[in-house]
Amino acid sequence: MIGLEHFLFVSVAVFVLGLFCVLTRRNAIGILMGVELILNAANINYVAFARYSSVDYDGHLFAIFVIMLAAAEAAIGLAIVLGIYRTFETIDVDATDQLRG
Amino acid sequence: MNDLSVGTFVFYLLAAVTIGSAAGVAFTRNVVYSALFLLGTFAGVVGLYAWLAADFVAVVQLLVYIGGILVLTIFAVMLTHRIADVRVSNRSVGRIPALAVTLGVFVLMWRVVGRTSWNTVEPRPAEYTTPAIGEAFLGNYVLPFELASLVLLAALIGAIVLSRGATSER
Repeated sequence: MIGLEHFLFVSVAVFVLGLFCVLTRRNAIGILMGVELILNAANINYVAFARYSSVDYDGHLFAIFVIMLAAAEAAIGLAIVLGIYRTFETIDVDATDQLRG
Repeated sequence: MNDLSVGTFVFYLLAAVTIGSAAGVAFTRNVVYSALFLLGTFAGVVGLYAWLAADFVAVVQLLVYIGGILVLTIFAVMLTHRIADVRVSNRSVGRIPALAVTLGVFVLMWRVVGRTSWNTVEPRPAEYTTPAIGEAFLGNYVLPFELASLVLLAALIGAIVLSRGATSER
């Protein structure tokens, strides 16, 4: 029987893979993909707890808020990435180090 | 033998698709392949939401994440992808320490999550969640709902201002 722990395992696995993405990518959009994986892992947690530990749908509401804010963040983040590409001709985060001392 | 039901098999299939696609996002060198594996991850998550009887959240995920965020990500990848140097743009030094840290975090999180005795209730039969979510959005959760729409408006204006570019400087 599928219980809460199965969904928590899926959530932890996706979170850890998103963390690996954020830590090792040099492409700025790759890092944003890792952030999206982390947000999806949190959403799976919310909805799984709403099903297995709750009698109302607050978890679903929080998941919808997370999706809304992830959309706003992705839009702004990708606009910034495109601005960086326009200025530097690259989106390698190791090459755009103008602020480094 | 009532443990091997269709629901259990479908869950394992959806979990495999989700975790496998997330692994594809993390370990592929080509960023275009990563974007397509991200599509697989989002689709697996839609299936998991549907398995959990979260019908409204599943459709919101499909429309907003796959239909909005993923399309935007693929646009950005295509606009910034240098076809000539496909090998340069996606690796970084420090893969082994990152793998060690990641495995450490995974072990730590799984020990904490696996050992906690969560208060679980028996899942109720599946029902339509849209009426309850709608009533909550306009009832108890009306303030976060309105603030989130303000955040989306600010993000929209900000993205337009950021993408206007240097050609229209005054």
